[in-house]
Amino acid sequence: MTTTQTVDDASEDVRSAPASGAPPGGRREHETRDAYLFLAPYLLLFLAFVIAPFAYGLWISLHEYDYSLPEKPWVGLENYTGLIDGTSPYAEAFWDSMKATWIFTALSVPLLLVLPLLVAMVMNEKFRGRNLFRAMYFAPYVLGVAVVAVLWRYLLDSNIGLVNHYLGVLGLPSDTAWLTSQPWAWISLVGVTVWWTLGFNAIIYLAALGEISPDLYEAARMDGANGWQRFIHVTLPGLRPVLLFVTSVTIIASVNMFGQSFLMTQGGPGTETRTAIYQIADTGLTNFNSGDSTAMSMIFSFFLMLVSTLVFFLFRDREPEGSRR
Amino acid sequence: MSTATPTREPATEHRDDHSGSAGSPAKLRRILQYGVLGVLTLLFISPLVYMLSTAFKTTGDAASPDPQWIPDDPTTQAFDAILGNDGTPVVRWLVNSLVAAGLQSLLIVATAALAGYALARMDFAGKKWIFGIIIGTLFIPPVILLIPNYLITSRIGWLDTLAAVIVPGAAGAFGVFFMRQFFLGIPPELEEAAAMDGAGRFRTFLTVVLPLSRPALVTLGMLSFLTNWNDFLWPVYVLFSPESQTLPAGLATLQNANAVRYDLLMAGAVIASVPVLVLYAAAQRFVVEGVSRAGLKG
Repeated sequence: MTTTQTVDDASEDVRSAPASGAPPGGRREHETRDAYLFLAPYLLLFLAFVIAPFAYGLWISLHEYDYSLPEKPWVGLENYTGLIDGTSPYAEAFWDSMKATWIFTALSVPLLLVLPLLVAMVMNEKFRGRNLFRAMYFAPYVLGVAVVAVLWRYLLDSNIGLVNHYLGVLGLPSDTAWLTSQPWAWISLVGVTVWWTLGFNAIIYLAALGEISPDLYEAARMDGANGWQRFIHVTLPGLRPVLLFVTSVTIIASVNMFGQSFLMTQGGPGTETRTAIYQIADTGLTNFNSGDSTAMSMIFSFFLMLVSTLVFFLFRDREPEGSRR
Repeated sequence: MSTATPTREPATEHRDDHSGSAGSPAKLRRILQYGVLGVLTLLFISPLVYMLSTAFKTTGDAASPDPQWIPDDPTTQAFDAILGNDGTPVVRWLVNSLVAAGLQSLLIVATAALAGYALARMDFAGKKWIFGIIIGTLFIPPVILLIPNYLITSRIGWLDTLAAVIVPGAAGAFGVFFMRQFFLGIPPELEEAAAMDGAGRFRTFLTVVLPLSRPALVTLGMLSFLTNWNDFLWPVYVLFSPESQTLPAGLATLQNANAVRYDLLMAGAVIASVPVLVLYAAAQRFVVEGVSRAGLKG
């Protein structure tokens, strides 16, 4: 709205401009006005719900922005330093939640990088009903965390759940408290997340596998490369650009884990599976300590961006000469 | 589309070259392959089947430790209970979810198509800056916006209304980026022809560009719908009264209120799943392609 330029309405005739090489200045001004009209609806949303809140968030994090305080006094970096040096009442809960996030990410990301690749390689072979299988593996991902968590809470119920029942059938311990004791709570959260999102990564891998030229495999076979060598020298290099994408997306998703823990373990046992997003939401939206909460979200984001940058350089540095894109 | 053509698998060629070794290893391999696929399918689909079957069980059977894959005593009692219960207005949640996801998708598709077109095709002052800032926000972790957007939504008086789950979420940069990339791939000659005929920018956009963009518009709409339909963190905090909730937020309420009524919970989960599963089945090609394309080019 602030950006829409209606100043140069003088040269109104739209049609004459493109028809006969009009003076370049007028043409461009027209373009600018039209372009901003095209952009206006989105920019309005963007300014109101991305740019303004971003600035507002920074401002809040520098204030004692407590629900119960009528005044929101400026405290500078105190919210940050309090969390970092442990003087904030939320410091311990926050760093525990960061640790929980790290545990979840370290456990889930390797599985979500390797297992979907195996699935994709199996599915990359030609066989009947391939599309049906693809569709099925992707189906849980379409469901959303609320359905997935409610469903698995049932299946993992320690008394009546299917999981314990079939473990019993196999002669294994059948009384595991999957959601209320450790390390089972982590194993459950990671397992459910893998089940839920494996298909997403598999589909991306699958598309990338399809782009690798069969000639490369043929050439490798001519040179006497066995299956493993073909995987190392043809498949993996071919997947490199996509690996960067899959790794980043998976890390970001794991680090942002919330719904599984909120609905399945309620952060428990104790607060052990309470992740950073959970802690930030709880501090800001349940306890209404917005100053602390926004400071937490900034610190959290700082680490997340650090990790993303690291991943990016890890994959970029070793990129071979001839790879496209 | 792009994935289907160049896939001539190593497996099929394997048999052509060394005709001697083609017999049993290939067969063994096939058996192994179907074995793996079978186990995977079981793991992926059986939980969903069990969810469906439990939704049709009596409360007692749903809580029985002996699994019933086909209900002994099939009943729609769970559906009747949650669909007719005032405390858990599931029909209302369903309508809310449909309205929210539908309107947000429309809003995203419309605003992103317009903005994406300007950024792809038009030359204007400040273009680089605007594009740079929009793309830059793709890299901001969304949690930074959580608290401030809550306060802004509250300030406008949108808390506990569907506007809160429709509008702020439509401001994301992905749609604009997605549409811009698509428009860049359309040959500009078609638009130039229309411009020669005297059509203005907007008319060219409506009559030439949009019809060509149907696959991209459908894909973006579909992805937006799925995302909104399944969104959990935001609705669970901004919607609190039972009649304003969407299905995912409602399921959380249902779980808190009926922790042991698994028949009810599974019926709720089925109601929340069916629309997206149907949508997914109908538009599977678009969704999968949209996702895999994002992976290849993103």
